[in-house]
Amino acid sequence: MNEAEIKERVARFLEEHDPAGDRLEFLRARFDAGLAWVWFPEGLGGLGAHRELQQVVERELADTPQINGGKQGIGLGMAAPTILAFGTEEQKRRFLRPLWTGEEIWCQLFSEPGAGSDLATLGTRAVRDGDEWVVDGQKVWTSGAHHARWGILVTRTDPDVPKHRGMTYFVCDMQAPGVEVRPLRQITGEAEFNEVFLTGVRLSDDLRLGEVGDGWRVAQTTLMNERVAIGGGPSRRGGGVMATVLNAWREHPELRTNDLHQRLLSLWVEAEVTRLSGARLREQLVAGHPGPEGSGMKLSFARLNQALSGFDVEFHRDLGYDDWTFRRSEDVDFFGRGPGYRYLRAKGNSIEGGTSEILRNIIAERVLGLPSEPRVDKDVPWKDLPR
Amino acid sequence: MTLLYSEVEEELRASVRALLADRCPPAAVLKRVESEPTDLDLWKTLAGEIGVAGLLIPEELGGAGAGAGEAGVVLEELGRAVAPVPFLTSAVLATRALLPTRDALLGELAEGRRTAALAVSFAASPYRPGRGSSVRAEGGRLSGTVTGVAGADVADVLLVPVDGDLYAVEGVAAEVVPSLDLTRPVATVTLDRAEGRRVGACDLAATLRFGAALLASEQLGVAEWCLETTLAYVKERHQFARPIGSFQAIKHRLADLWLDVVRARAAARNAVADPSAVSVAVAQAWNAGVAVRAAEEALQLHGGIGMTWEHPVHLYLKRAKSAEIALGTPGDHREALASLADVPGPEGGEQ
Repeated sequence: MNEAEIKERVARFLEEHDPAGDRLEFLRARFDAGLAWVWFPEGLGGLGAHRELQQVVERELADTPQINGGKQGIGLGMAAPTILAFGTEEQKRRFLRPLWTGEEIWCQLFSEPGAGSDLATLGTRAVRDGDEWVVDGQKVWTSGAHHARWGILVTRTDPDVPKHRGMTYFVCDMQAPGVEVRPLRQITGEAEFNEVFLTGVRLSDDLRLGEVGDGWRVAQTTLMNERVAIGGGPSRRGGGVMATVLNAWREHPELRTNDLHQRLLSLWVEAEVTRLSGARLREQLVAGHPGPEGSGMKLSFARLNQALSGFDVEFHRDLGYDDWTFRRSEDVDFFGRGPGYRYLRAKGNSIEGGTSEILRNIIAERVLGLPSEPRVDKDVPWKDLPR
Repeated sequence: MTLLYSEVEEELRASVRALLADRCPPAAVLKRVESEPTDLDLWKTLAGEIGVAGLLIPEELGGAGAGAGEAGVVLEELGRAVAPVPFLTSAVLATRALLPTRDALLGELAEGRRTAALAVSFAASPYRPGRGSSVRAEGGRLSGTVTGVAGADVADVLLVPVDGDLYAVEGVAAEVVPSLDLTRPVATVTLDRAEGRRVGACDLAATLRFGAALLASEQLGVAEWCLETTLAYVKERHQFARPIGSFQAIKHRLADLWLDVVRARAAARNAVADPSAVSVAVAQAWNAGVAVRAAEEALQLHGGIGMTWEHPVHLYLKRAKSAEIALGTPGDHREALASLADVPGPEGGEQ
């Protein structure tokens, strides 16, 4: 499938479906036409085409009803690729369509109070009971759990083997009895995250994703996709957070100082070389030779977002804050809020989706081939680990 | 426009790298730097057999008609080897100054039969091209001095820019001064009513900008060698009964350095693909610092051995630190970006 063929398909689709009609009907039809994510297989919203051709579809359909990339972020970026890689045919058919159209929102039940960077030490238990599993435990930092229909869940199914081997991955029914979602108020004032308590939650075995005991491998697929999703940066020179800072800088000459000017120019250069690096990475992907550059993108953007948002607050010399109200947010409204909010929210960028320290370990070990630290927990059964 | 390497560029890289591995290992460079730093035999082979001297010269003028991309790849390799050859000074800077004149000298430079140097301080920049020069022309005769000229000691011809004109001067002695960069010494050129042949007009700022674009590739090569050599060392070196590269204190520094080098590669390729004022300023503002940081990290992570004369890391540190000053410091390039990228300063603002 090439660009011309894709364009022709889009044109035919638009002849048959009126973008001005019902939004949901249009999105469902778009999925059924294989124009949701073209690199997915036919029948599952795609055409089995090259991933880069998605840009062509997005351009051609720019003026039609759109999905909500923010609210649906976890579904699109993490659940979908995992379901595609490990789901049964039935699971793919059941979940992918409403996931893409946004009829069903997804959340991610990975981190626990005792398992963050060391995710594989997690303790939420799933015990088999006939055709069902009974889940007990607590998850945390769960964005969007308050409006999620489904969650991707990693559990401990065998405490007697070393931690990486005794896990199993499920799709969690967020409407099942025993699922309790409590808001977790953040330093920004709002509650975008949640704590999720799972008490005697019964999940049928057909909600299991991958083999029993293979949960770590399934989770790796999710995490790799998470980092790609979080690390995707601006493609335009001076775009992203830099654009917000530059606009303010140009509008307020009275606030400029020599010191800020020097620092802003340094940040501008860093943002630009990071953008170029992302552009080079995308070229490698098109050419079919993905380089290891991707591993560093999230690290770069975390640093830049934090430096730029901190700069922005200092530049404005505004001692106020836009809104401390404790409210449930739909998604991260990064650009709709003030500099103070951006500064505080960006603090999470070096923690969520793998801390910057863990990412440095990954680069050092997987890209640079440096030896790992001595591990004391590798061959110890999970139940015997010190905690 | 692409930021990737072409097949032709990769082939060129492979031949240059093979030759340098054979003829110019760090130990060989170290051995000659105090007596006769520039390796003219190696330069003859590079120019004659691989044809690097004429890369930027069109075929009809006797060159290879290649582009900045190919020259950039050669510089990456020369940087990795801190190779003491006059490629940047003769085949890039002097050649770029001569190109608009289409002078016959280009054919001789392309073949490597003769070598030229631009009689401009290596510390001059596209923003202050006259730095370090007091040369003036009077009735076709040139007088004055230029300090910090790179490649002048081994040049057969000096190309002297004066007031928008370019003169070719021969038979002028260049006095080499002790230089921070042992592998690319600088010299003072003194002209006393020297006879110059006017070869044409010269846009010196544009020439230096082009040189700065390519210097970013050399800086990338320097940084890559430092990173790779340090990685190999921290995997080997044991303390506390384990390789020091297994300690997070070391790993995290190298991961950060790797990320800087990845971005330096993107910046270098962007500067050769599109040598616009913005691209060049970005590449220099970034890569000059990355090369210095890589060399400084290499020295520190090598511990005591890194501080010795016998280990080659100091050659890279000296090259990196000199190159940071060459053709504009990172600060010069950042300041230029204030207007190039519309990030105006605080003029008129109150503190």
